[in-house]
Amino acid sequence: MPALPLDEAGKYVAAAYVVFVALILAYVAIMAAKLERIERELGELAELAEQKSARGGGSDV
Amino acid sequence: MSARTSSFRAFEAILAKDLRVELRTLQSVPAMVLFAVTTFVLFRYGLDRSALSGSLAAGVLLATVLFAAILAINRLFVAERDEGGFDAIRLAPVDGTALLAAKATALVVYLLVLEAIALPVFGVFFLDSWAGLAPLAGVLALVDLGLAATGVLVSAIAANTRARDLLVPLVLLPLLVPVMIAAGGAAEPLLAAGGPSYDGIAKWLAILALYDVTFLLVGYAVYDFLLED
Amino acid sequence: MKVPSLRAQAAATVAVLAAGFALVFFYAPLDTEGFIQKIFYLHVPLAICSLAGFVVAGIHAIRHLRSGDAVHDARSYVSIHLSVIFGIAVLVTGSIWARAEWGKWWVWDEPTLVSFLIVFLLYATYYPLRYAIEDRERQARYASVFAITAGAFVPLNFLAVRLAEPLIHPRTFSSAGGLPGSMLLTFVVCLAGMALLWLSLVRFELAAKSASARLSRLRRALEGEAYAPPTSGSRIAPGVPSRTASASWMSDPTTPRI
Repeated sequence: MPALPLDEAGKYVAAAYVVFVALILAYVAIMAAKLERIERELGELAELAEQKSARGGGSDV
Repeated sequence: MSARTSSFRAFEAILAKDLRVELRTLQSVPAMVLFAVTTFVLFRYGLDRSALSGSLAAGVLLATVLFAAILAINRLFVAERDEGGFDAIRLAPVDGTALLAAKATALVVYLLVLEAIALPVFGVFFLDSWAGLAPLAGVLALVDLGLAATGVLVSAIAANTRARDLLVPLVLLPLLVPVMIAAGGAAEPLLAAGGPSYDGIAKWLAILALYDVTFLLVGYAVYDFLLED
Repeated sequence: MKVPSLRAQAAATVAVLAAGFALVFFYAPLDTEGFIQKIFYLHVPLAICSLAGFVVAGIHAIRHLRSGDAVHDARSYVSIHLSVIFGIAVLVTGSIWARAEWGKWWVWDEPTLVSFLIVFLLYATYYPLRYAIEDRERQARYASVFAITAGAFVPLNFLAVRLAEPLIHPRTFSSAGGLPGSMLLTFVVCLAGMALLWLSLVRFELAAKSASARLSRLRRALEGEAYAPPTSGSRIAPGVPSRTASASWMSDPTTPRI
């Protein structure tokens, strides 16, 4: 198979590396969304804990 | 040793029960045979050929056998799940592998009956010469062992799930690709237009044997975990 | 063996992978295939890490079955999950390579690519299998059996597919007796980078699952439901409603390690 000229070959190589980077970035984005949800839940729970101690009752944590 | 004989007796008992039930209710084997013959007809029109040889013949035959086997594999553990057969094995002081071995053997029996009917029908429908059919039966015996080894495993996993009928084909078919490759490789020269040839058949038979041994061993190793509550 | 912190490991991943790609484009020489060959440094390390990941998942599954500890099940799941994602990358980059080399988006006579497709199809069934089983413990157990079976399948599959194809197309490793030194170095660095990437992402994912699980437990404790702390085994006290699938994992509250 004769080698493709550089400008054509370059596009394919670039496409492959772009796919790789895109997958990693997609993964990072999904992880960021998960982290956001965790932080939000943590905030809610912190509020809950504060309410409980403000009411003077003990929690079973 | 009493444990071993009791396991063997359990194996015999379960196998006998399954074969008796199959004989009486005729649930699996007639469906498999009918399916196979109908599929041959479908292929005749789908491929628009009335004579097959070589790789095409091998492909049609093997694909049909594989799909027919799935019909039986789907039903392997249904009775056990519905009527507490799993519990019975767990309670009895018997190796869980007795159940595994019995089911695998029953499946092999069903497949042998299927092939005893489907091979001649295939020959009548598509083949010019029947000379390759006898050695082909030998190849199919190895295929049956492979189908039994993985089929029992997948069927046991799927038996307790919700989408059982979907899961078995879904999980089983990729697992059976090496069987298809090796059996196809072996069957192609056997069904060649000019008469059977044994060129290069040894390596395919070796792969089939390796596959069978591997999955029989895997099944033997993990089966107890499938039987736990 | 002391495990490096996730931060250090992630930093190392970035460094090695960046170095690898730098080598690919500034150091590694061209060969007869031309510039297309550069995809090889991406595609093959991804494939190797993905396959190794499937085998690692099988090993975790064996440990899970032997110990009953849900930690190993979580590791097995995440290993398969990431290897499947790497597998998608392998198939896409392989397809791009096929298109550039042979003009078609898929070639059946490239045995590694075909084997990979089959393995990918098999492991893709892992998800419907897990979600079809409601009981958590049974789900974990059956998933482990699947991971072991599939792990045993991978080498067999490669053998079969390899034997099925007459080797028309030059294989990058066997052509001319192996890679020249500079290409080999580049390849090894890229492989190390991908392996580190896989390991880092697995730890990342396990940490996220662990945090979610602990949050669920915390929520249950704060909201005052009947609750008994899970033992190091995989069982949660009966009668406790489980909110998320991840709640059953990572019952060990310490930082997860691979």
